[in-house]
Amino acid sequence: MLNYDIVVIGGGPAGMAAALKAKECGVDSILILERAETLGGILEQCIHTGFGLHYFGEELSGPEYADRFIQLVNEQKIEYKTDTMALEITQDNVVYAVNKKDGLLVIQAKAVILAMGCRERPRGALNIAGSRASGVMSAGTAQKYVNIDGYMPGKKVVILGSGDIGLIMARRMTLEGAEVKCVCELMPYSSGLTRNIVQCLDDFNIPLHLSCTVVGIHGKDRVEGVTIAKVDENRRPIPGTEEYIECDTLLLSVGLIPENELTRAVGINLDPVTSGAVVDEYRETSRKGVFACGNVLHVHDLVDYVTLESQTAGEGAARYVLGKTETAEYITTKGVNGVRYIVPQKVNIKNDGDVKLYFRVGQVYKNAKTVVKYNGEEIISKKRPRLAPGEMENVIIKNDMLKKFTEGGMIEISVEV
Amino acid sequence: MNYDVAVIGAGVIGSLIARELSRYNLKIALVEKCNDMAMGTSKANSAIVHAGFDAKPGSMKAKFNVEGTALMPELCKTLSVPFKPVGSLVVAFSDEEIETLNTLLEKGNTNGVPGLEIYGKEKLKEAEPYISDEAKAALWAPTAGIVCPYELTIAAAENAVVNGTDFIRNFEVKKIDFDGSIFTVSDGENNFTAKYVINAAGVFCDEIAALIGDTSIHTTPRKGEYMLCDKTVGHLANHTIFQCPSKMGKGILVTPTVDGNILLGPSAIDIDDKEDVTTQADTLASILDTAKKSVPCLTTREVITSFAGLRAHCDKNDFIIEPSEVNSQFINVAGIESPGLSSAPAIAVYVKDMLLKVLGADEKANFNPVREEPVRFRHMNNEERKALIEKNPAYGRIICRCETITEGEILDAINAPAGARDVDGVKRRTRAGMGRCQGGFCGSKVVELLARELGVEINEITKFGGNSKILYDRTK
Repeated sequence: MLNYDIVVIGGGPAGMAAALKAKECGVDSILILERAETLGGILEQCIHTGFGLHYFGEELSGPEYADRFIQLVNEQKIEYKTDTMALEITQDNVVYAVNKKDGLLVIQAKAVILAMGCRERPRGALNIAGSRASGVMSAGTAQKYVNIDGYMPGKKVVILGSGDIGLIMARRMTLEGAEVKCVCELMPYSSGLTRNIVQCLDDFNIPLHLSCTVVGIHGKDRVEGVTIAKVDENRRPIPGTEEYIECDTLLLSVGLIPENELTRAVGINLDPVTSGAVVDEYRETSRKGVFACGNVLHVHDLVDYVTLESQTAGEGAARYVLGKTETAEYITTKGVNGVRYIVPQKVNIKNDGDVKLYFRVGQVYKNAKTVVKYNGEEIISKKRPRLAPGEMENVIIKNDMLKKFTEGGMIEISVEV
Repeated sequence: MNYDVAVIGAGVIGSLIARELSRYNLKIALVEKCNDMAMGTSKANSAIVHAGFDAKPGSMKAKFNVEGTALMPELCKTLSVPFKPVGSLVVAFSDEEIETLNTLLEKGNTNGVPGLEIYGKEKLKEAEPYISDEAKAALWAPTAGIVCPYELTIAAAENAVVNGTDFIRNFEVKKIDFDGSIFTVSDGENNFTAKYVINAAGVFCDEIAALIGDTSIHTTPRKGEYMLCDKTVGHLANHTIFQCPSKMGKGILVTPTVDGNILLGPSAIDIDDKEDVTTQADTLASILDTAKKSVPCLTTREVITSFAGLRAHCDKNDFIIEPSEVNSQFINVAGIESPGLSSAPAIAVYVKDMLLKVLGADEKANFNPVREEPVRFRHMNNEERKALIEKNPAYGRIICRCETITEGEILDAINAPAGARDVDGVKRRTRAGMGRCQGGFCGSKVVELLARELGVEINEITKFGGNSKILYDRTK
């Protein structure tokens, strides 16, 4: 059996940032387990720019952003194993993993940081009727084929879902010579970043059909076309609005799901809205010594926020390992009236720093304000010209404010129009 | 090539017949128009081993169902195919339907189905905690089970090949000539000869029979659509839960699968196109609605995929297993719709006996009935995993995260006798891509492994043969 103070599961941006912060906080014995061939996670296939604007103040490509952290991991001599898959975490923080070189690894950890990322929702989850011909794949899979393998998965493309990956792939496929016929979005608004709609669709004259979905897939061996239709306010297709579009490929960008199989198996409490663990301000889960950060905790729109959140988790894990944790008196947080969720879901009021609450709204708002209430009393209110589900918001609870709260209290964040 | 027997169609029927015949000193061809076996009805059905109470007493269906179901557990053991004797329940929601249960019970007793029993509401709820409160009673059939139908087909075909059968894929039979003693079977380009031809072509049985001028068979593809739910709701059904049967079939069932998922379906709609396995939104919606009648807490949220299969329904409404009236060396095994899967083991033995009578071949001294169990990393404990990876490091690389499938298992599937040649073939043999992400992550890795093992470029790999290519040209 191997022994480490901290085992980090996942060597993407979340895992690397968490490991680096833990190291900085004074923990030397750290091991990162990464299932892919290299560190970097999904950033390795995101060759477009737009990463790092917040964190580095400059515009980097995905591999460049990842590389900054990979270099630091190497400089800091943090151990990692690639091509290694974690299979199980036991109740007492033993991690089982496998790879070709070491075979079965049994690792006793004092603390575990979960940073497994997320996956794309597949077609089956949408129940799109029609054939099961080749040519239907998630936008992320197509991105790997194009950017990593160097092959085109199609020539005439329809994209369902205007999430960021879908938008990015609309541009990418176009640049590679494919004809992107349109992007269909079920909702009346796009869930992607505004800058991606402008730079990936508008600049290339790719139509975005809102309140529209794919209702049929045609073709025996390879996709030959899809039928799209308008949907009503209940997101049901409106009969008579069907339109056939000839294409050989349907890319799906219809949502991301945190990959919490390991989390669930070890019995950690999950938040039904985020599909990630319920955590406190250090991103510690319902199990002592197990932390979660990045897209496995909740799906982020910007990697910069993943990095910041993961540093918090890394600091938390280090404090835990070094025995620096204070007694806990928790208050809970709750999104209401337009706010879908808040992370963290609970906050220790004995914490000696400020606490940043991240939250996401459920629909697009214009000229609204976000209101933070403690036990029903307004404590912070902020005007927002625009709020959208695709863009994560945050609010800082200052420590002096935190000190005034009492155990069992509740913070609610809402949208007021 | 000259064969004693050519079996046309590598579905569960054709593959099991080929395996039965491979016990004897006969030269056998198993001929398939697709890139793999189990590409028709055998890969998309309810995966149920029926107890046998539903078939009309005295019919071929009743005979072969009860016999086949009895043979199934041992056959699955020999071929290392997952089979679970979960038993089935036909649920009644009204007094009228309770009457139907009694009729089925009587029919079952006549057909020789063992252990049938009517459950009252309480006992039913105990057996199925998530069953609807509207359910009043149920017919319990302990001999019913669930099996993996494509794995049974693949295992049977593999075992036939190990025992000397030639598996000929991508051979669409277009012409059959008879010179008075021997058939010449052709796909338009290549041909071979055979003394006997077995027509096990599923929905295409009528077209194959017509090639020798036998127009007695008329097959209607009866489409059945299904929805597959994630393993996270696997606890919602312990047994196969039927509703009361109708003229079109056994109705919408809710059943566990051998892999721990929940399967809902099938619909039953007669269509014209024998290759139309598309799903329809309204049909899927109505399947879920009907399934909710049995298990109300089912939702679309847990559905990971949906699919359709075609039953080979014949006008006669019973199996046709007999030499053609046009040519006694041509044996039709047609109209094999439900309970075809359950009946398959018995049909195979019956057809083998029929041929042996006329061919009179000796048993092979070295026939090996056993198909070794493929490595199933996900079912192993950590000690076994450790030993396995030490022996072969390829088992230390996980390719499919959702189902925990290793590179070693995928290589085994490709390099097996009559192994996988496409992504779906790998999927059916290993489950890589069958989990909740449906191949989102592992799909491209499977393509790479196929290309490497088969020695081709990755853009030559298909999803399921034919023109189902996955990648086009290189990027700019």
